[in-house]
Amino acid sequence: MNPNSSWWDWDHAAAVLPSLLLDGFKITVLATVLGTLIALVLGLIVAIIRRSSPPLINAPVTWVVEFIRMTPLVVQLVFANLVLSQYINSTLAIGICVLGVHYTTYMAEVYRAGIDSVPTGQWEAATALSLPRVRTWRAVVIPQAIRNTLPALGNYAISMFKETPFFVVIYIPELVRVAQNYGSHNFRYTEAITLAGLIFLAASYPTSLLIRRLEKKLA
Amino acid sequence: MPENTAPTGTADVPHIEFRDVVKKFGDNTVLDNLNFTVSKGERVTLIGPSGSGKTTILRLVMTLEELSGGYIHIGGTPLQYQEQGGKRVRISDKRRRRTTTGIGMVFQHFNLFPNMTVMENIVEAPINVMGLKKAEAEAKAEALLDKVGMGWKKDARPNELSGGQQQRIAIARALAMDPEILLLDEVTSALDPELVGEVLAVLKDIAAETDISMLIVTHEMQFARDVSDRVMMFDQGSVIEEGLPDKIFSEPENQRTQDFLRAVL
Repeated sequence: MNPNSSWWDWDHAAAVLPSLLLDGFKITVLATVLGTLIALVLGLIVAIIRRSSPPLINAPVTWVVEFIRMTPLVVQLVFANLVLSQYINSTLAIGICVLGVHYTTYMAEVYRAGIDSVPTGQWEAATALSLPRVRTWRAVVIPQAIRNTLPALGNYAISMFKETPFFVVIYIPELVRVAQNYGSHNFRYTEAITLAGLIFLAASYPTSLLIRRLEKKLA
Repeated sequence: MPENTAPTGTADVPHIEFRDVVKKFGDNTVLDNLNFTVSKGERVTLIGPSGSGKTTILRLVMTLEELSGGYIHIGGTPLQYQEQGGKRVRISDKRRRRTTTGIGMVFQHFNLFPNMTVMENIVEAPINVMGLKKAEAEAKAEALLDKVGMGWKKDARPNELSGGQQQRIAIARALAMDPEILLLDEVTSALDPELVGEVLAVLKDIAAETDISMLIVTHEMQFARDVSDRVMMFDQGSVIEEGLPDKIFSEPENQRTQDFLRAVL
């Protein structure tokens, strides 16, 4: 049997691993971290708007949020890339923004549930102390709402991490794209794709354990 | 700069005035054309069967409920609505807040902020509403905490404390705003029986040492008798009898007052 046609070849595995970790994984992590930051901040803003604004502002925001939630990330990536690439030079920046905005809509729902879980008595105590609206949100409601939502937000961050491979549709060289490139140049896909999968597993499993621990601690 | 511009009552202007107040929840009319006043420094206790609208009265004064009809004036200043060119006009939240800075409320379920320490709970409003410096606010808070016997717990979190302790802190929190009016809404109803005494003792001290006007809803009849200048018996959204506590508790005239007192005493 020809050794080159075996199912697994350690030479190929060793050859692809550095570029997977140094190029692909780096971009995947960067996209996840920045995307998460965007979603955390925008999500909170959207949730507050939906809980405190008059219908005139609330309705269009709700409509946009629903629209984003009800269309696939892949379509949004391709579409945003078509429209925005004439203004923004970096496909990666576009990808990160789309990912962040897409998850904004999910995180906004999580925040909204967190805000609703703050007892009415807290709002009433704030009114009884004549606290201004903004101060009530900042000092009383948001800290309590976020505490309740941390695990759910963390889970969405992990799921963002796992959805970065959709970036292949706009040719961003994240982990899976790097693996594919290696495959197409060397006609060996197995090692590269397997390793890419293992890297995802190695990163998300410990993170999910951490979140589960956090969940127990907060409960 | 935020400052305490809350209106106060004088000899001839009532501190709290209800004028033809109507409050409905859906089709259910809880208060029907209610008229009454509280003078500056007066302590008025509302008694009556549950569901008679007593708590709603306090919540209206605190702007936690919206009036369905009529007017409430605080020291002569309209609180929720005012008459303007023959029309009933809603007063903005900002202006309402200016009026309510002089009003404090203590709740049945304390409603301390669980994300803050005892000290932070108390200085929150003095710093952010009255504009006190942190050091000033903390010095004031320490004095108030000592007064309610909770100085030793200033760094604790509310959930580490008993109900009685939490309620004493809630009282200190309300007092930290130098209220002209204090609303006490069944402040001992959620407490274990052995913790009621410590809270009532604190409130009696405050009643004795200050001239804060108080509107009280309570099921503690002895406490009502001790601190009140006047007792109002409520049933089905209106006052059916009112007078000095001794009079109401010893020789009530109205049949429903007699029935109610017989049931609770």
